[in-house]
Amino acid sequence: MNLSAEIQQSFIVFIAAIFTQNILLAYFLGLCPFIGVSREIKAAFGLGLAVIFVLTCTTLLNWVAYHYVLVPLHLEFFRFILFIIIIAAFVQFVEMAVERYSPFLYQQLGVFLPLITVNCAIFGAALFMVIREYTFIVTIGYALGSGLGWFLAIMAMAGIRQKLANDRIPRGLQGPGITLILAGLMALAFIGFAGVLQGR
Amino acid sequence: MSPPAARPQAREIAVQGLWRDNPIFRQVLGICSTLAVTNLVMNTLVMCAGLIFTVALSSATVSIFRTVTPRNVRMMVETLIIAFYVIIIDVLLGAYWPSMRANLGPYVGLIITNCIVMGRCEAYGNNQPPGGAFLDGLFNALGYTFVLLTIAVFREILGLGTFLGMPVPFFSGPGWDKWIIMVTPPGAFFMLALVVWFFRWVQQAGEEKAK
Repeated sequence: MNLSAEIQQSFIVFIAAIFTQNILLAYFLGLCPFIGVSREIKAAFGLGLAVIFVLTCTTLLNWVAYHYVLVPLHLEFFRFILFIIIIAAFVQFVEMAVERYSPFLYQQLGVFLPLITVNCAIFGAALFMVIREYTFIVTIGYALGSGLGWFLAIMAMAGIRQKLANDRIPRGLQGPGITLILAGLMALAFIGFAGVLQGR
Repeated sequence: MSPPAARPQAREIAVQGLWRDNPIFRQVLGICSTLAVTNLVMNTLVMCAGLIFTVALSSATVSIFRTVTPRNVRMMVETLIIAFYVIIIDVLLGAYWPSMRANLGPYVGLIITNCIVMGRCEAYGNNQPPGGAFLDGLFNALGYTFVLLTIAVFREILGLGTFLGMPVPFFSGPGWDKWIIMVTPPGAFFMLALVVWFFRWVQQAGEEKAK
């Protein structure tokens, strides 16, 4: 595949990862923090930004590690451990760097960074990138799109849940129940974007 | 979770894991990686078997090493132990059942980041003897399995008219307009919400009666 075709492919994957194949609404990844942290917009915003940043960087790091270390050594089955270690190390490193150089940013994102290590969306994106055999340039589009898609979904959910705060909801549905129903409705809406990508 | 008594009864552990603190409708943990495979009962069974294996054994292993693990690298050690068991599942599936491995895609690997595995290791395996940790992991995973199986059975029958791939009399016939939405992602969200609602309602009704 030549470069321009690859960039075009990357763009399509980027749009698809945001809308039709949203990592949260179509693949259910990162659902735990999505339900836990979507109560208010401010927290959702911080976590969403952290996810975009970490997901993009670690997926690219993982791509390099997988294709230049594991594949030549025929240690592909080892990828689970390698990916987890890279993600954990990266998050730790970012946390230290942010704390040292930008106290303001640390205040905003600090509490969310450790949570990210166990966010399945980050790990899932790395695994999808391997299974779908993306090239490096396509992976850039995929990682950025996935992060943005997750951000969009949690922001929308936080907005809706703030409006719901004073509504009367059946007792068994309060909290996670109603959030899941809302997520289902959002997933339906996002499937509607499929028409945008038709004809490719 | 409050620290359990010195030597909790096996029965008590079972009730906690299966019902009172059920991972799905009480703790709402670990639904991420398994919801995606509940459109077919077969996939769910394999996935849940893998999860039972991982949770029970990794919780017991964490418990065995609990006295020699330094506190500050605890999470990392737990993750590596969990990853060890998940790799075993992945390699076994790849060797004996490649088509199932392809079906499940990345979700087998995602057991590692499944919050319920880490949650049990942290909450129980970390400060209890191995036997209890094994039971606790086992029953939590079983509680998780029975809820997911409920979801999977409804989704497959309503959405595809089959059960374990075999046609079900009424639902596969022309009289039943298949609810395709049940096998798509929104269907999973709706079904899970209904299941959470139902079980919480039953639980709350029971609690009120007990008062």
